[in-house]
Amino acid sequence: MKLAYWMYAGPAHIGTLRVASSFKNVHAIMHAPLGDDYFNVMRSMLERDRDFTPVTTSVVDRNVLARGSQEKVVDNITRKDGEEHPDLIILTPTCTSSILQEDLHNFVERAQLEARGDVLLADVNHYRVNELQAADRTLEQIIQFYLEKAKRQGTLNQTKTPEPSVNILGPTTLGFHNHHDCRELRQLMADLGITVNAIVPEGAKVTSLKDLPRAWFNLVPYREIGLRSAQYLQENFAMPWVDITPMGVVETARCIRAIQAVLREQGAEVDYEQFINHQTLHVSQAAWFSRSIDCQNLTGKRAVVFGDNTHAAAMTRILAREMGIKVVLAGTYCKYDADWFREQVQGYCDEILVSDDNGQIGDAIARLEPAAVFGTQMERHVSKRLGIPCGVIAAPIHIQNFPIGYRPFLGYEGTNQITDLVYNSFTLGMEDHLLEIFGGHDTKEVITKGISADSDLAWTREAQGELNKVPGFVRGKVKRNTEKFARERNLSEITLEVMYAAKEAVGA
Amino acid sequence: MTPQTSTPQSTALTFECETGNYHTFCPISCVAWLYQKIEDSFFLVIGTKTCGYFLQNAMGVMIFAEPRYAMAELEEGDISAQLNDYEELKRLCTQIKRDRNPSVIVWIGTCTTEIIKMDLEGLAPQLEAELGIPIVVARANGLDYAFTQGEDTVLASMAQKCPPKTVEVEKEERNAIGRLLNFGRKKEEVALEELGYRDHAPLVLFGSLPDPVVTQLTLELKKQGIKVSGWLPAKRYTELPVIGEGYHVVGVNPFLSRTATTLVRRRKCQLINAPFPIGPDGTRAWIEAICADLGLEPQGLEEREAQIWASLEEFLPLIRGKSVFFMGDNLLEVSLARFLARCGMRVLEVGIPYMDKRYQGAELKLLEQTCQNMGVATPSIVEKPDNYYQLARIQQLQPDLVITGMAHANPLEARGVNTKWSVEFTFAQIHGFSNARDILELVTRPLRRNNSLKDMGWDKLIQVEAP
Repeated sequence: MKLAYWMYAGPAHIGTLRVASSFKNVHAIMHAPLGDDYFNVMRSMLERDRDFTPVTTSVVDRNVLARGSQEKVVDNITRKDGEEHPDLIILTPTCTSSILQEDLHNFVERAQLEARGDVLLADVNHYRVNELQAADRTLEQIIQFYLEKAKRQGTLNQTKTPEPSVNILGPTTLGFHNHHDCRELRQLMADLGITVNAIVPEGAKVTSLKDLPRAWFNLVPYREIGLRSAQYLQENFAMPWVDITPMGVVETARCIRAIQAVLREQGAEVDYEQFINHQTLHVSQAAWFSRSIDCQNLTGKRAVVFGDNTHAAAMTRILAREMGIKVVLAGTYCKYDADWFREQVQGYCDEILVSDDNGQIGDAIARLEPAAVFGTQMERHVSKRLGIPCGVIAAPIHIQNFPIGYRPFLGYEGTNQITDLVYNSFTLGMEDHLLEIFGGHDTKEVITKGISADSDLAWTREAQGELNKVPGFVRGKVKRNTEKFARERNLSEITLEVMYAAKEAVGA
Repeated sequence: MTPQTSTPQSTALTFECETGNYHTFCPISCVAWLYQKIEDSFFLVIGTKTCGYFLQNAMGVMIFAEPRYAMAELEEGDISAQLNDYEELKRLCTQIKRDRNPSVIVWIGTCTTEIIKMDLEGLAPQLEAELGIPIVVARANGLDYAFTQGEDTVLASMAQKCPPKTVEVEKEERNAIGRLLNFGRKKEEVALEELGYRDHAPLVLFGSLPDPVVTQLTLELKKQGIKVSGWLPAKRYTELPVIGEGYHVVGVNPFLSRTATTLVRRRKCQLINAPFPIGPDGTRAWIEAICADLGLEPQGLEEREAQIWASLEEFLPLIRGKSVFFMGDNLLEVSLARFLARCGMRVLEVGIPYMDKRYQGAELKLLEQTCQNMGVATPSIVEKPDNYYQLARIQQLQPDLVITGMAHANPLEARGVNTKWSVEFTFAQIHGFSNARDILELVTRPLRRNNSLKDMGWDKLIQVEAP
């Protein structure tokens, strides 16, 4: 058992469902007890999705526990197949139902006999892998399933597209700024004259997966999801891949150069140097910001970075290389892929921390007292308590990571967004500092508030206590209304009864 | 039940159990409000990553600084029984005691502890003795319970930790004998009467409500001369009420049937079957039932109710004659349906995860009666509804308002259907006379909001793709 107050990555089934419901016309059936199906709430609430989440729970209750699922799961799969005709139904248990040791493979086989669409059991170990690993594995499993199916049916198309083309593997629903990144990557590929053959899984149809081998190469923008698929596609279809996250000016350029190399190998005469140069110096504002007088003040400031592998590694290098900020600690919660992280940030930071214990990171922040922190919502919270500004750069996702406006982290617009994030975080810190030096702008303390300050009314202890329970921002109003009510009725003492009578009278 | 059901026309309630695929929150959610209510408690949820991520994410309750609840995350070794449950729990609880020093640790069992048959009830007494800290065990699992019923499992377990008697009680009893012999009155009695209380059997209220609402209901009963001896739960675990044999008990929430049963069976209490104090009609009926049970004549309730209804008048035109559909989520559905029917709404369907017809008996009767008095059809009550079929029925019936869980709200809004989150009624202060206003504030908000948008043409926000 582990005492846990916070989790950086969710359970495995969340990863599976993120991939499943990113595809179009794919439905997931969860074999799970009531309440395990909060994925639907996350998608509908956090992502504000307009459509019903394509996930249905086949409820495991006391009966199922006693007698086994029997026909229930199979019935639910075939029912959904008939109701909505999805191309694919994915069955997944959760941590809870995976220990029931029911033969879910058998359920899938039986359902497949009747179902018009395909039926697949998500193959992950719910106690050994987390959300990110499960998402990576499920994506690979689906791609493999459809390519093998196409091979068997002879519909596999391996002819390369006439012009250079790419599959972007990894963007999913409920990913950190994934939608915005997708749009930015599309733009970037268009600028480079590369056709987007597919973006998988976000918005893709499983029926089109058979065309994946037509692309010239695969791009894996996020380390966490998509890499296994890229490896599978290389092993089986000799497709090269680029897995450099185009985040920050330097890494975006490196990513484009890697793409250039891959395309040249396949005979395309591409030269992106001019494009990179133009974007870096004149389109993106990030490099100019680094050279501007503003950024001078950031030189040598100390920062702590923490997040998933992709974002923490990229951010560390942006701060250290592009802005001259001293990263005193870089950390990741992707323990299963720690070697990669160490190798990536080596030389760009003083300390490396690999941990999924939020207490450990909190303690490190408190000990190091950096000028700014770039982390997850948890680090934002910790920093707030310590009075240190913090910019959020990585999942776990939060409603704030689904802004209405355009906020990518990748590509050249991403560099601008990150610059803003860094600058605003530090400026606020500097403002605090200046206020401290000069004693702030307000020289007089506000002493009186409202007309009831010199009240002649006596509040009983209970009523005063009740008033204190009222949230601060409306307390003054409640107090004024109650006293007005009491005055109108010539009451000299305010008791609990008077308070509630007043509340009813004003209807507040 | 089929997806297509026509508008109910009957005057008697109909009950159906659809046993479908439906969504509600997990019962461990109760931790989110109970740890705030019981200030000296610590809640330890013994479950998997799935449980932890739910609490952290879907409830929007991030387990932030200085929390008084945590996960005992079960790992592979726990599942395969390679680790000793007792030693593991001891290690965690010792740490909790050292770091937080709570007055009680509440173990929240989950689906997983049920499946691996972890004997929490067996382990607790031994560990309690060893650590010197009370441990309450509640099986708030999704195999047996839905959403708010989690509170029921905690209170049912906590009820057994309530002291059966206190020293004062014994004294009073002796005094009572003395009084009989002397035909006189003791000082305490006189003091009670001076405070405006009448002589009645001890009364304990059960159900977790925010402190201001506790105060309001207590005062409301005080107006009738009724003294509330205690609330289960109290603000602090150390202040749990005395619950003795023959005590009269009444619930404030419709999802507390196990707690009620426990109080009746284990503590030999007398349960007052009453509608729930939600809406002025329900609150009046609740107080009347308590008065009747205690043999007191209620005073001024009719005027009190009328006065509240008058204050609601500004909202009523917005909902009169409109229809409402409950998809079913928090078990408050019947009480809310009854209040909204009384407000003049037509209730089309009351979905509910679990229906205890006995514990909710008085409430169901009041709903039926209200519908008859208002001249509207009684709704069908659908237990364990199938959400997919419900959506088809919503499509067909086109209700003016759908009260639903969070998973379905945005997609329905995108299709031009007014919705309100059911979970808001769980967290808002809706009990008692004064708060009836807040219920209507919530119910009418989508109608008022969408009224203000109605000329914009933003009703259908989904694109139908060409096949």
